[in-house]
Amino acid sequence: MQEIDIADLRRISELIYQKYNYDFRNYAMSSFKRRVQRILDLKKLTIDSLIKKLNEQPAFIHEFLDELTVNVTEMFRDPGFWRVMREEIIPSILLNHKQFKIWHAGCSSGEEVLSMAILLKEMGIHQNVQIYATDLDVNILEKAKAATYPVKNMDLNEKNYIRFQGAGSLKDYYREENGQAIFNRDLLSTVTFRKHDLVLGEVFNKFDLILCRNVMIYFNQTLQNEVLKKFHESLFKYGYLAIGSKESLIWCDYANRFIVVNNEEKIYKKIKD
Amino acid sequence: MNKYNLNNSYKAVVIGGSAGSFQGVVKILSQLPKGFPLPIIMCLHRLKHVRHGFVEALSLKSVVQVTEPYDKEPIKKGGVYLAPANYHLSVELGNYFALSTEEMINNSRPAIDITLGTCAYVFKDKLIGILLSGANKDGALGMKQIKDRGGLTIVQDPSECMIDTMPKSAMALTKIDYVLKIDQIVDFLKELNKHYRT
Repeated sequence: MQEIDIADLRRISELIYQKYNYDFRNYAMSSFKRRVQRILDLKKLTIDSLIKKLNEQPAFIHEFLDELTVNVTEMFRDPGFWRVMREEIIPSILLNHKQFKIWHAGCSSGEEVLSMAILLKEMGIHQNVQIYATDLDVNILEKAKAATYPVKNMDLNEKNYIRFQGAGSLKDYYREENGQAIFNRDLLSTVTFRKHDLVLGEVFNKFDLILCRNVMIYFNQTLQNEVLKKFHESLFKYGYLAIGSKESLIWCDYANRFIVVNNEEKIYKKIKD
Repeated sequence: MNKYNLNNSYKAVVIGGSAGSFQGVVKILSQLPKGFPLPIIMCLHRLKHVRHGFVEALSLKSVVQVTEPYDKEPIKKGGVYLAPANYHLSVELGNYFALSTEEMINNSRPAIDITLGTCAYVFKDKLIGILLSGANKDGALGMKQIKDRGGLTIVQDPSECMIDTMPKSAMALTKIDYVLKIDQIVDFLKELNKHYRT
């Protein structure tokens, strides 16, 4: 197997940027390379035939993005994080605002959005919270909107929910049909899904809480800096930012405008404009 | 004296292991020479949803505190690193770590092939790869990539392994420079250390 070299990766990211206006030029190299290799394997392409296809078949870009972006996620991933949300972060937002806004940035297939909706429902404040869920991949947004997942994934999700110590059973929120778990539509009634690109997209609203867990790990440090700046601008003062448990802001320029409120679960609070 | 024909050009040691490797890793870390000059990067199969306890257990007897690196954390000489639960651990050009939540590989996240393969890419012939006891073939491809890029390959002697599938898979796929028991791996690292002292 011929290994992909960096020059090929740059050709691909440059082409996608010029032709389709998606910017992968500052993605972390190791995972970007694996994603491209994965597409070559799945679609039985070589680097040259992939570039040709991207050049000649504009419709292919969505399929390409769908495989390029990492869409592996779970409901209630890191149950401890969700307990802290329920017991500390959301109550603290509620002290000042009866109604507030949450942004799931890079929401993928929507598992975390649903987790949040369930959490809010169990706190009895589902209707008071406006949720925005964004991703750059339109195919995955459709999956998120459908809130339908293979039943075989439910075992892990249910285990996470039990560790989260939810009020009931995860089964209370979905019905099974043809091997699919279909979640209650009502959970997503307060959610606005929209296509948004963290790299090239503008700041579009102000939020009390932003969740962006295990998304920025696919960016290099330059891009992490830029995206953090956008999150800073998108947060109200004293708003919260949650990142993945093994992500860190300490290498970012904007880190000093935040304080850590929970180091274990990597929850930050904006303290300076 | 110099059984292994080593020199001081190496930049990193990477270790992979799965079922039956824990005691071996503990032994290696507990007998590591003080001030061992290279980073040791470990990818050991572990429970996906248990974030705590493993690094603490490994650190108990270790000469050096074992840490689970953050995404984009720089690699330090002499640091001992463990791939965190439920993340793949890669090394990037520029000598820092990167984490990812991509699909499992060989039914594993962290996958040894990813850590070994990215180390091979970055450190090339300046890398020593060690693969220990384990029950699947994860790591075999990574060991091949290390060998193909000129690195040095070691597997735990299958006769000593609780489960020998992992080292045997690597031996079937690529040339292994040394087949060693844990005590010999310790000696190997001690000998390597001496080359950086003179």
